[in-house]
Amino acid sequence: MAYRQGNDWLQAVRDVSFHINAGETYGLVGESGSGKTTLVLAVLRYLGSKGSIISGDIYLGDQSMRALDDQELRQMWGKQVALVPQNPQSSLNPSIRVGEQVAEIFRYQNKLSEPDAKLQTLEWFQKVRLPDPERVATSYPHQISGGMQQRVLIAMALSISPSLLVLDEPTTNLDVTIQAVILDLIDELISEQNMAVLYVTHNLGVISRYCDRVGVMYASELVEEAHPKELFSEPLHPYTQGLLDSIPQFGETKDRIRLQPILGQIPAIGQGPSGCIFRPRCPVAIEVCTNRPSLFPAGGNRLSRCHRWQEIALDDISVQQTPPSIERQQKGMAEGRSETLELENVSISFPLQRSLNDFLRGKPRKGVQAVNKVDLVIPSGTTLGLVGESGSGKTTIARSIMGLQSIRAGVIKLHKVSIPDQLSRRDLETLRQLQIVFQNPQEALNPHLTVGETLRRPFIRLLGLPRSEADAKVIDLLEAVHLTAAYANRYPGELSGGEIQRVALARGIASRPDLLILDEPISSLDVSVQAAILNLVNELQRDIQNSILFISHNLAVIGYLADQIAVIYVGTLMEIARQSDLFQPPHHPYTEALISAIPQIDPQTSHLPIHLDGEMPDPVNIPTGCPFHTRCPRFIGEICANTAPRWQIDPRTEKRIFCHIPLEDLLSSQAQSTSDGTGLE
Amino acid sequence: MAFLALTVLLTSLLVFLVTQWLPGDVCRIVLSREAGPAAIENCRQELGLDQSLPVQYINWLRDFISGDWGTSYSTNLPIFPMVIDRLRNSLILALVTLVISVPVAVILGVIAGLNANKPVDTVISVGSLAVVGLPEFVTGLVLIWLFSFGLRDLGLPYLPANSSIPPEATFFDTLPMLILPALTAMLVLLAYIARLTRAGVLTELHQPYVRTADLKGLPRRIVVVNHVLRNALLPTITVIAISIAWLISGLVVIENVFNYPGLGRMMIFAIDRRDMPLLQAVTMVTVLCVALANLGADLLYSILNPKIRFH
Repeated sequence: MAYRQGNDWLQAVRDVSFHINAGETYGLVGESGSGKTTLVLAVLRYLGSKGSIISGDIYLGDQSMRALDDQELRQMWGKQVALVPQNPQSSLNPSIRVGEQVAEIFRYQNKLSEPDAKLQTLEWFQKVRLPDPERVATSYPHQISGGMQQRVLIAMALSISPSLLVLDEPTTNLDVTIQAVILDLIDELISEQNMAVLYVTHNLGVISRYCDRVGVMYASELVEEAHPKELFSEPLHPYTQGLLDSIPQFGETKDRIRLQPILGQIPAIGQGPSGCIFRPRCPVAIEVCTNRPSLFPAGGNRLSRCHRWQEIALDDISVQQTPPSIERQQKGMAEGRSETLELENVSISFPLQRSLNDFLRGKPRKGVQAVNKVDLVIPSGTTLGLVGESGSGKTTIARSIMGLQSIRAGVIKLHKVSIPDQLSRRDLETLRQLQIVFQNPQEALNPHLTVGETLRRPFIRLLGLPRSEADAKVIDLLEAVHLTAAYANRYPGELSGGEIQRVALARGIASRPDLLILDEPISSLDVSVQAAILNLVNELQRDIQNSILFISHNLAVIGYLADQIAVIYVGTLMEIARQSDLFQPPHHPYTEALISAIPQIDPQTSHLPIHLDGEMPDPVNIPTGCPFHTRCPRFIGEICANTAPRWQIDPRTEKRIFCHIPLEDLLSSQAQSTSDGTGLE
Repeated sequence: MAFLALTVLLTSLLVFLVTQWLPGDVCRIVLSREAGPAAIENCRQELGLDQSLPVQYINWLRDFISGDWGTSYSTNLPIFPMVIDRLRNSLILALVTLVISVPVAVILGVIAGLNANKPVDTVISVGSLAVVGLPEFVTGLVLIWLFSFGLRDLGLPYLPANSSIPPEATFFDTLPMLILPALTAMLVLLAYIARLTRAGVLTELHQPYVRTADLKGLPRRIVVVNHVLRNALLPTITVIAISIAWLISGLVVIENVFNYPGLGRMMIFAIDRRDMPLLQAVTMVTVLCVALANLGADLLYSILNPKIRFH
């Protein structure tokens, strides 16, 4: 498959062959740039005018898809293939009610009358368990949540009973707890129909849970194919091994395991090296690798595109680099460390705009409660992880610490001294001590300044250095984040995602802040690059001894990196635990659900996800009592709905849990459900 | 609505002040150059020009709202009926222009957008741009030459080049006279609306929801009409609504070429003669038109776009 660019053709997918049987789910993993999206579009024959299949063919049953003309293609689209796309919001027409968007399929494809089509639609909405199907049907896409939008799209895709269903990262943009529910729904519905499923994702855990066979794509090529269990326990391609080593697993911590990033980066499309495409990044590349390997049958039903797969299989060579021993003094959590930052009882709300009418009638302003009475302490030199789903208020907290968001109540203390919440009233020294790295470094760095100019500013502005001295410091700084001095003259647009993130980190530490806030610093990066950034964060913290507030929705990453973890739900803290205790019961029921919802690569540690009912509460109407009571699987009655819980402290671990259920009860029931692997239901 | 009223009030103040500061004393212009200081003083008192500015403004505003727009200095006729008559003419011209140009422009834009970067698109885009590049007096004269002289020689129906409408003429009497000025105005709007429509179609065509619709197996025609156009025309519609304001008050050149009695020419006339009350009245009517057109555009947009409707 190739794309036209000017007069050139760029090969986006090279020499890929695989088959999917009816009733089988084939997983396709790969990072961005691996060509998996192009492959999906090609399988659907939806390449557009710029893309083309230059050799080979795709067969659906006996039908060659390359031979289809436009008319036949549309026939096939509505009847035989269907797609559940990555971004449900933009995949629905914003100005047509969702019911109509599904009903038109029945009208055009099945020639049903208007009322019959409507009836069918409602039936399908029930099958995908949309609450209140009639109301949803008359809603516009923006009026329903992302999870509900995805259910609508699933209904669309399955309603035509396709013989091939393509799932293109169907849950990547959804929260973990919603993801688990949606994935199980898809799994259940497709098992009712005997269809072939192509599941494309970058999430290895999801593959391991739901797929029968897996193909791994790298830089336009299929490099390995196997059963997921075999693939993950004994990968036969250095790239697969690299991927597995670069993501932290549950319970792995920075004190014990250093992540193994894959060095270098994916070659740009069409720019791959000759010979083995992975050669430049491969730790075990040798002479023979300059010849292009074919997909070797590697026993069983396995395939590997590596010349040395046999040696890898026999453990003659190890792809894993020897992990450098990690020297890190055991640190006690509280003793001997002063507090860098304290939040006491911080509440933040966003006022809603009143209409002129309400204003004239003197109605009070309504507010959205974004953060409710949050207490946090970050001891010096330690990392606090703040984990929560979208809308939980974690970024708002970060902004309030930085002075970008005023708080309604509470105190922010830096080194035990209260600081003003408005940026304009803070002094330079406070600004120097607090720095943040924003979520999207591509957007946070000024595209018209060179890296050097960006990095020079904190030295001049916050440390008051003269320009010549600042320039020298910039070079040191670039070296500290493992970039060369040459980067100082480049613009952000010329850098890769990982490099930009290094620059953003460098800018963050330039003033040697006492507290560095990292807001989802790796969520926009590819898996193989994430590890390098996480390692860098660790390394920098060892050097500077600063405190870090690490914000993420990824529990495994937080668990790896943070010394202490705080779990937040719609603006209220639910649990605060030490790193080593987070994955051990007792858990807050919400934490328990979060942990169970994340699909694990290793099927042994994976247990069935706990399904949370319903949606995140509307921030305008946060539930009374415990804010989680509306979705809590361990709801114990009136008290949860009416009374705010107290903090319970586990005497052994100092774990703090914001729940009415006594810790002993939580402990005994959770220990049991973990051991029999059944989850709650 | 409250904001609309506030906007109009603010502009009225600006209009008043600007006309006050324009050089030239009305009384010197109205009376002859040789008039003595006493006569001029007398005239100023008569017109209320000796009072303080705020008082003058309040009086003027009060009179304007109650429909008493005063008497024109230059023609000594009451202003209100004069302006309303011209406004009617301008509205008719605007309407005829829209009726001709919107369907043509939108259809051209949709065709161009659906065939982006193909020869059809190039012809439409280059052609409409070439036309918009020409000044109105050139296109106007070319049209006059074509329709009023050229076609007549070929024995084809002829369209009048002079569009000065007698006051008692009915709409249907004036219709033939409107076609040439409307065509000229259309050529200005055409490229603008067509390009906007093309851009809208092009953006929407690449939205993921179009892929969803395609993959439902719907015929291409249904996908385009039901899914793409619905969203692609949103910006176009608001721009059309706003362009009404320009059509009412901005056609100065066209009105002059065709000798059409619209608001634009009246404004030039008023400036020429330092006829302040007339200028103020014409400007205020223009301001009202612009404000109402914008309000109309916003309301229309919120009706067509469900995302706005429910917030």
